Amino acid sequence: MSELLDILMFLKPWVGGILCVIGALLALIGSIGVLRFPDFFTRLHAASITDTSAVTLSLLGMAILAPNWLVVFKLAAIWLFIFLTSPTGSHALANAAHTAGLQPVLGRDLRRPDNREEEA
Amino acid sequence: MGYFAGLIFVLAALWLGLSGIYKPLLLILAGISILISVVLASRLETVDREGSPYGRSIPILSYWAWLMVEIFKANWPVIKACVSANLNINPAFVRVKTRCESDLAKTIFANSITLTPGTVTVEVEGNKLLIHALFEEDATPDSFDEMDLRSYRAADGKREEELAA
Repeated sequence: MSELLDILMFLKPWVGGILCVIGALLALIGSIGVLRFPDFFTRLHAASITDTSAVTLSLLGMAILAPNWLVVFKLAAIWLFIFLTSPTGSHALANAAHTAGLQPVLGRDLRRPDNREEEA
Repeated sequence: MGYFAGLIFVLAALWLGLSGIYKPLLLILAGISILISVVLASRLETVDREGSPYGRSIPILSYWAWLMVEIFKANWPVIKACVSANLNINPAFVRVKTRCESDLAKTIFANSITLTPGTVTVEVEGNKLLIHALFEEDATPDSFDEMDLRSYRAADGKREEELAA
């Protein structure tokens, strides 16, 4: 039994560290998507990778690395608040752009809409 | 009354979890701050089904667990689209009807759609949602049907009985 505990204690920093690195990589991929996607609405989708999976994996890794349960509770609270607030923020941005009349890029050939009125 | 009990319980749990120092003075201060929060919330008249939805914790938590799996499944195509050499995306606006009636259920459904990578709720009008999707072929109205049903059950299920009681 104590051997199993030893193995788990040996694995703990590795598992936590690897999860943190995967989360950071996902955040990087989300940022690359934000730069590459053609218009405002599609960029919101790329940012949602960072909001969901990157945050979850990083916080999970940090929780595994955490020294005591209080830190785990705080990380869980951060996770909960991010999951409640980030869709609200994305929706507010998308709704504001739609209400202001920003035309999206649509279709597989990514037709550029006529947005000259806004640019003028 | 149940709403007040739920709010006090959650505030107390939050305080105990965040503080970590359990001396008598701090516990008294915690009690006072929880009391002030509850009094202010009741004066704002927010202690109701929406402000304190803890009575439905179990359905909402089980819905959340299902949603996490869906979010991680939906992440994959968006990650591929971000890093693939040519931009293989097909953005479109989709209109979806929802069966959710209360504001809480509609909020849960719309926020679930926004949380899922590849779809963002742009507008909610009555029982119709305007959704911007990254892949038009994945975002048929049928694909939102299960999420709609599940969020309806999580927030609105048995609501008629609750209202009657």
